[in-house]
Amino acid sequence: MTPALGVLPAVLAQVEIRKRTGQGCVQENGFCPDWIANNLDKYVSPLLEHIYLTFVSVAIGFVIAFALAILAHRHRWTTGPIIAITAAAFTIPSIAAFLLLLPITGFGSTTAIIALVVYTLLILFRNLITGLRNVPAETVDAARGMGLTDRQILWQVELPLAVPEILAGIRIAVTTTVGLATLAFFAGAGGLGEQIYSENAGTGGIEFKSNVVVAGGLAVLLAAVSDLIFLSLQRLLTGWQRASAP
Amino acid sequence: MNSTDTAQAEGKSTSAERPGRSTAAPLEFRHVNKVYPGATEPAIEDLSLEVGAGEICVLVGPSGCGKTTAMRLVNRMIDLTSGDILLDGESIMTGDPVRLRREIGYVIQQIGLFPHRTIAQNVATVPKLLGWNRDRIRARTTELLELVGLAEMADRYPGQLSGGQRQRIGVARGLAADPPLMLMDEPFGAIDPITRERLQNQFLRLQADLRKTIVFVTHDIDEAIKMGDRIAVLRKGGRLAQYATPAELLMNPADDFVEDFVGADRALKRLALLRVRDFDLWSTPTVRPGDPTAAAREQAERSDLHHALLLDDHGRPQGWLSERDLRADAVPEIPDTVAVVIDRDSTLRDALAQLLEDGAQYGPVVDSEGRVLGALSVELISRFLASGDTTAEAPTDRAEAAAP
Repeated sequence: MTPALGVLPAVLAQVEIRKRTGQGCVQENGFCPDWIANNLDKYVSPLLEHIYLTFVSVAIGFVIAFALAILAHRHRWTTGPIIAITAAAFTIPSIAAFLLLLPITGFGSTTAIIALVVYTLLILFRNLITGLRNVPAETVDAARGMGLTDRQILWQVELPLAVPEILAGIRIAVTTTVGLATLAFFAGAGGLGEQIYSENAGTGGIEFKSNVVVAGGLAVLLAAVSDLIFLSLQRLLTGWQRASAP
Repeated sequence: MNSTDTAQAEGKSTSAERPGRSTAAPLEFRHVNKVYPGATEPAIEDLSLEVGAGEICVLVGPSGCGKTTAMRLVNRMIDLTSGDILLDGESIMTGDPVRLRREIGYVIQQIGLFPHRTIAQNVATVPKLLGWNRDRIRARTTELLELVGLAEMADRYPGQLSGGQRQRIGVARGLAADPPLMLMDEPFGAIDPITRERLQNQFLRLQADLRKTIVFVTHDIDEAIKMGDRIAVLRKGGRLAQYATPAELLMNPADDFVEDFVGADRALKRLALLRVRDFDLWSTPTVRPGDPTAAAREQAERSDLHHALLLDDHGRPQGWLSERDLRADAVPEIPDTVAVVIDRDSTLRDALAQLLEDGAQYGPVVDSEGRVLGALSVELISRFLASGDTTAEAPTDRAEAAAP
């Protein structure tokens, strides 16, 4: 149900039972519950930064993808070029994207958000356009024949019927962005990635298993919880679909 | 069955509540042409026809003849190339197409109900677009759902309904704003034959009360004959081959194309347009057990059939008396031998089928109370077919007799 949960075993693999206790735990970079309990507050603001990066990026990405989808829906020929461009952007390695943008937009969350937005576009656009195209032609024909304007058809018929695909796209985009945002600290935007990789964060960096487990675990948890939220929203908005199921 | 009865009752009360409302408008095609961009041949060529207010005009023809195109020109789903279409005397080309469409009921084969809206919300679509207030919309929705016998489905979603039920909702939605004109594109096309027959009958009963002007598209000549007050047969390229009443179309096809299209069995189809009650039946004397045979013999001699019909205690046909039966002094009791009893309201076609099925040459015709009115014979029917007698068929009768 939640793809993000699939990463959990890998995170848990960091937990080595034998190094859990004792004075040498922290020195040996082991998994130390005592240390975690004492240092948990250090993760609060990176987590909030991570949430901010994720949702702002997906929100901006959605607005842009939505506008592109409406354009492609009205003018079908634009679909190919839009997919080509967003797909090309999607293939740029994320770290390269952060570093490429640095000279232009500087060090900070703006750079990170721009890159993250670009990565959401392909997913969101494809799902939006698929959702709109899957609306049965006869439903649209009936709507037009009864005197709905193009705008009314879009907002009252096509978009509501595309909601399942649109929300599916948002779920994938959120999960992907939570993962990619762990690299946002390269652009100086903080987030949980900084705790995981950086020695400067004061949590011991990537060598320290306790740190990796907590920071990584929080990222997984964030992805899972967000996914559940959007899944519930999807259920809420598409009650007609379940009612219609035989 | 139950629901259709309800529908009929509701339909009557509806028109009784609002007497004298004039909600049908005449429609006229004037030299209409439609050439699709890039096409060399026109889809519709010089189409002119008039549909009287309250009439069902069926557009029929082989696939690709432009019948759907012709229908869609009326609410400007497709724009005409030249010519004009007048609705209630006014050109459809003046004014906003969106406003025009809201004044015209629209029912298509695939129905196109909104799957994310309840049945009541679907029916309320056009009234909502027209800005009716909530109470009026609710009252109208309830009225229409009762009219089509689906009031209990108001809060369901289209996905929860059967094909036939969805089709009825499609019709209710088309009628919602009480439009003066309805466009119906193969509305019963995608439905099994039994349900289809029922829906057609139900619709004809509705129409008998509502009296809308209707443009009805079908590729099925039998449906055209059943539903149409007038039938426009189109041939490829959207040219009008013939525009006539069903009886006229069957009697005098304009050319080989129409003759071919109405089919080799057009004589039989004519039988479907006539009721037994419109027919001059053979007289037949009726007797009861114990009656004197002398009088019966004499009556039988003078009747068309030369046979007396024995009735049982309830006045129902019991059997035909032979010469030998009448040799006795009093009419004897004979075993029940009449298998075919023809209802006066059935079509000649059904009556003939009944006779043929039983291998009978003739059968007694009864009214709704079971009283014997006379006898109908295969000979009478074939004589009618040979004579080419065009007994006009009244649309109201057709709607009434459509009762299952």
